[in-house]
Amino acid sequence: MTDHTTPISTSIPHDSAVLHVTGGARYVDDLPMPKNGLVIVPGLSTVASGVITSLDLDDVRASDGIVAVLTAKDIPGVNDVSPVFGDDPMLTEREISYHGQIIYAVVAESVTAARDAMVKAKIEINEIPAILTIDDALSKDNLLAKPWQIASGDAANAIAQAPRQVKGVIYVGGQEHFYLEGQAALAIPEEQGQISIHVSSQHPTEIQHKVAEVLGVANHLVQVEVRRMGGGFGGKESQGNHPACLTALAAHITGRPVKMVYDRDDDMKITGKRHDIRIDYHAGFDDDGKILGVEFDQALRCGMSFDLSKAVAERAVMHADNAYSIPHMKITSRLCKTNTPSNTAFRGFGGPQGMMGIERVIDHIAHDLKVDPLTIRQKNFYPDHSSPIHGKTPYGQVVNDSIINDLTNRLVVDSDYHRRRQAIQDYNATSSYFRRGIALTPVKFGISFNKTMLNQAGALVHVYTDGSVMLNHGGTEMGQGLFTKIKQITASAFGLSPRHIRTTPTHTGKVPNTSATAASSGTDLNGMAAWRAAVTIRDRMAEHLGHLYQLPPEDIIFADDHVHMKDEKITFAEAANLCWQGRVSLSSTGYYATPDIHWDPEKGQGQPFYYYAYGAAVTEVMVDLMTGESRLLQVDILHDAGASINPAIDLGQIEGGYIQGMGWLTMEELVYGDDGHLLTHAPSTYKIPACSDRPLRSSIKLYPSTGNLSATIGKSKAVGEPPFMLGMSAFFALSDAIGYNQDRYPSLDAPATAERLYMTAYRQRGNNALD
Amino acid sequence: MTALPRRPVKFLLNGIETTVDPDRADITLLNWLRQDRGMTGSKEGCAEGDCGACSVVLARRDDKGTISHQAANACILFLPMIDGLSVTTVEGIAGPDGVLHPVQDAMVTHHGSQCGFCTPGFILSLFAGWRQGMAWQRAEIEELLAGNLCRCTGYGPIVTAALSLADVAPPEWDSGRQEAEKNWLKAHNKTDLNTGEEQPFIAPTTRSDLSHAIADHPQYQIIAGATDIGLWVTKQHRKMDGFISVMQVEDLAKIKETKDHFIIPAGVSHAEAHSKLAADYPPLDALWQRFGSAQVRASGTVCGNIANGSPIGDLAPAFLALGADLTLQHRDETRVLPIDQFFLGYQKQDRKQGEWLAEVTLPKLATDEKFYALKISRRFDQDISAVMGAFCLKTDGGKITNIRIGFGGMAAIPSRAPKTEQALLGHDLTQPIDAELDASLTAALDQDFTPIDDVRASQAYRQHMAKNLLIKALLAGASDAPNADMLAGFSDQTKAILETNMGAAE
Repeated sequence: MTDHTTPISTSIPHDSAVLHVTGGARYVDDLPMPKNGLVIVPGLSTVASGVITSLDLDDVRASDGIVAVLTAKDIPGVNDVSPVFGDDPMLTEREISYHGQIIYAVVAESVTAARDAMVKAKIEINEIPAILTIDDALSKDNLLAKPWQIASGDAANAIAQAPRQVKGVIYVGGQEHFYLEGQAALAIPEEQGQISIHVSSQHPTEIQHKVAEVLGVANHLVQVEVRRMGGGFGGKESQGNHPACLTALAAHITGRPVKMVYDRDDDMKITGKRHDIRIDYHAGFDDDGKILGVEFDQALRCGMSFDLSKAVAERAVMHADNAYSIPHMKITSRLCKTNTPSNTAFRGFGGPQGMMGIERVIDHIAHDLKVDPLTIRQKNFYPDHSSPIHGKTPYGQVVNDSIINDLTNRLVVDSDYHRRRQAIQDYNATSSYFRRGIALTPVKFGISFNKTMLNQAGALVHVYTDGSVMLNHGGTEMGQGLFTKIKQITASAFGLSPRHIRTTPTHTGKVPNTSATAASSGTDLNGMAAWRAAVTIRDRMAEHLGHLYQLPPEDIIFADDHVHMKDEKITFAEAANLCWQGRVSLSSTGYYATPDIHWDPEKGQGQPFYYYAYGAAVTEVMVDLMTGESRLLQVDILHDAGASINPAIDLGQIEGGYIQGMGWLTMEELVYGDDGHLLTHAPSTYKIPACSDRPLRSSIKLYPSTGNLSATIGKSKAVGEPPFMLGMSAFFALSDAIGYNQDRYPSLDAPATAERLYMTAYRQRGNNALD
Repeated sequence: MTALPRRPVKFLLNGIETTVDPDRADITLLNWLRQDRGMTGSKEGCAEGDCGACSVVLARRDDKGTISHQAANACILFLPMIDGLSVTTVEGIAGPDGVLHPVQDAMVTHHGSQCGFCTPGFILSLFAGWRQGMAWQRAEIEELLAGNLCRCTGYGPIVTAALSLADVAPPEWDSGRQEAEKNWLKAHNKTDLNTGEEQPFIAPTTRSDLSHAIADHPQYQIIAGATDIGLWVTKQHRKMDGFISVMQVEDLAKIKETKDHFIIPAGVSHAEAHSKLAADYPPLDALWQRFGSAQVRASGTVCGNIANGSPIGDLAPAFLALGADLTLQHRDETRVLPIDQFFLGYQKQDRKQGEWLAEVTLPKLATDEKFYALKISRRFDQDISAVMGAFCLKTDGGKITNIRIGFGGMAAIPSRAPKTEQALLGHDLTQPIDAELDASLTAALDQDFTPIDDVRASQAYRQHMAKNLLIKALLAGASDAPNADMLAGFSDQTKAILETNMGAAE
């Protein structure tokens, strides 16, 4: 009999692939609008900071096609859509905290009617000087919470005593999620005060809670369904609350179905993004490049409220070591409060920002010692699990599952790194306008929600008498292939092929009190819950069939769409029917809570992660020194997915993550005007990677793992977020290219756009770009 | 002229003849499909023609009977613009009984979709390539897909899916459909269109009728591909009184060639101009490859790009350098204006009420002329220029005897650089660019331009780029390189690098 650690490895296509390619996959805005349906368009603030002195919406209300105009006064419950801290008003009543904040909502027969009416709004705002940037907030000490710190050893002393030191600052810009489907919700009022919500959200349970709070009703009156999202990336962990609650309120007030879909510009102006960060660093090391101590001061732009910033900042701190065992570290974290959208979860959740600090330090050290940064990296890696000694993170977790040395060694060989490094040297020595660069960067990413209580999940499985299986679990599908993997897991428990399993939309009425599909944990948590639900039913069936066939239950084998009893076999459908006739329950829930993890946020110590995921990438680039334009020549990736449940899906996550991470650090730039207006609020100005921005050559492989050392489902590893950080290799390859043969360290900031690369090289060369 | 008779818009939608009489002409094809027809396979990702999630394929027939298939962004196409065309949406790709079309099958097989929201758009772009008989080489795939953004896959699996199509034969039902479409298009010549009760859309079939219609209705917006005007509606929520389209006049859709010139009339799309002019102007070939996207180039027109007067439109600087002439028409009168006299100020051109830009006349390059066009943008493909420079140098034994420089992104209008041109007259290309020349170019460019800081670039970067692009052109001129942009230099260099890297990976 298979157990939950038996690998399941088949590359079946995405659950919805055929629907995707035929246009049959429905997203919220594609659902047939119920009769009498209305739409909402939000009225946004056009100043970043101030106080509303007058709000006259009478002419809007009186316009054609307008059914209602909602303001804070219309909210029967709590005026808040925040995930945790109660500091995100749904409709701001008085205080304006950012450009793009929602002041009122027009409920109309059509979007055009709403837009036509909204020009008649009369709003007077007493403007207050805004605080927009990290440096602004730091200088005015405008923080959301008091600074937070983790320390191991005595970093200050270790740095002071070290033979060599580097010191510097790096700014890393934010990132818009740019999920292709904007935020969307549809609320349908039901009888007895119930309300049904269809929403594009990673967190249906939170939607349920927030809608109930806004309406002032019990949770059981609110049902939330999520079939799929057109991309999430963390941007739909908390940001779906807003449209869902607005539609719920409008439906509650008008008694009619109400839909809200942010258009692209509104979406980019209203919603939070990846936190941009300023990292001040000071590191001490010896002449061999062994790092002795590091101090980081991380300042994140959080925007106007907490949202998830506290947890994001925590993860940034907990990834300040990345894959390196550093004896003395001190990391200080500052949450800057600014008059900008409230920054939120985004793939990696602070981890990428934290890692950029240490990778920068290593790049700087290598420049100082005039050696290949790879040698510094390899000198400082956490020892592999097979080593007799293991390193310990600054937050006290022993790193006893490392494979980073082996993985890197393999990648160095696979990518022919050393020969290419020499070829690049030779090329740069003779080239006048073009420079090439290469970098290998590693990833060690902690898997589990930082907050221990969130590491739980539920599932619900029904077997019908014809042998078909219905599967429901608390995870949401945003394109990452979760439904496909959990279908494979459930199928394997029953010995069925996946086509016999039907996954139903995520629904708060089926599995309650779920966590967000986030922290890369979707498969680990929900997969195990689904496995347990399925195995509960399977064990009941085995017991009953054993009884019928006079065999011990362990001799009843579920495989090949059949149930095998020694020499006999019956179809799974026949077995299901026999069990029903024997009055055996063919329905079960399953529940899972990650074992062995604990975390003390006060002390900043514990074992917050069940395990780590590892990977590394080598990127080679070319830069045109006359313009700063750059191109990716080649990428080689080796990434650890444990025993992959679906290699094709995992490779898809890896490649997509790499490109998204590369985009974050190279071309994607959020530009705010002096008035706090986000100027890059559409794809015409905010540029995510296009097809031709891929490296000219790519080799993307899974690390030949024998499986996760921790007892995860099928011995697999989480793969949603970790590959995002492989994109760092592109950034450090660019730094390598412009740093070639220069005494001064380039101190490149991100994103490394053409302008930034050019200007950085220009300054570095004493204002002669072609020196 | 007498008013054109009113009639509904008529087109083929997934093989079915469809007529619609819209109240307002500015309803987009995407909104009509999704809201009026409940065909929700086509998605709205940006409503500005930048993400491609709304892509449909338009088939049209030219006067020689040739059928072309091109992807277009339905989010910024007004419904009347598809009159007389055949439209394919994602709902119309699969075969009988739901059998997947080869482009769909390839995307499933190669894991080309994740969240699936962009997928219908990719399917349609691939379908356009399929109908065009594409050879499915990597470079042309990237050009085909530049207008489709995907945030999940990193594009690798989609490119793999596209590459796999090289070996696939069309199924019989697909060829049958293509034949039926061809027959419909053959049977439907372009006819005058006058539609839209509340907001009219007028599209005459003769140049004269068009010209009089424009003069008769000065309050109506002249429209061609709507790749800019579409955004006035979807982004700025502007309400136009009506539209007059140049696109129904067959005579305006073709480039004419004389001994010394190419004449590009108002209805010529970028795609058409690209295919006809690439060989004569290699830098324009390279520029057009990254101009907008396949979708934008299929809809947008050359004359539209000039007439809208954008300070960053990519063709204007190139045409300034080439010394193009513009033909402006009012009723049956025409006047010719050198392009450098057309742009008067920010969004202000020398175009009188009732006048329209009928033609651009482009001189052919003489053997002693070297021409370069260089564009800097944040992203290589489908991005608006931070700085665009174009340079046309006439030389005699290495000495510059005449030079025209056109810049975009450096001022409120696309503009020549008179002081800089002056500074370079007599310069010997074979001599190195020394500090003295460098300083004089910097000074001249400073006199010519005071660029601004904006979302695309800082003032300082623009100033540096203006000079560096010019230096690149001078260096290219000295070495007789056909092209001065990074792409050309870069492709030569990278080809060699990747060859030496071969064997390392895979």
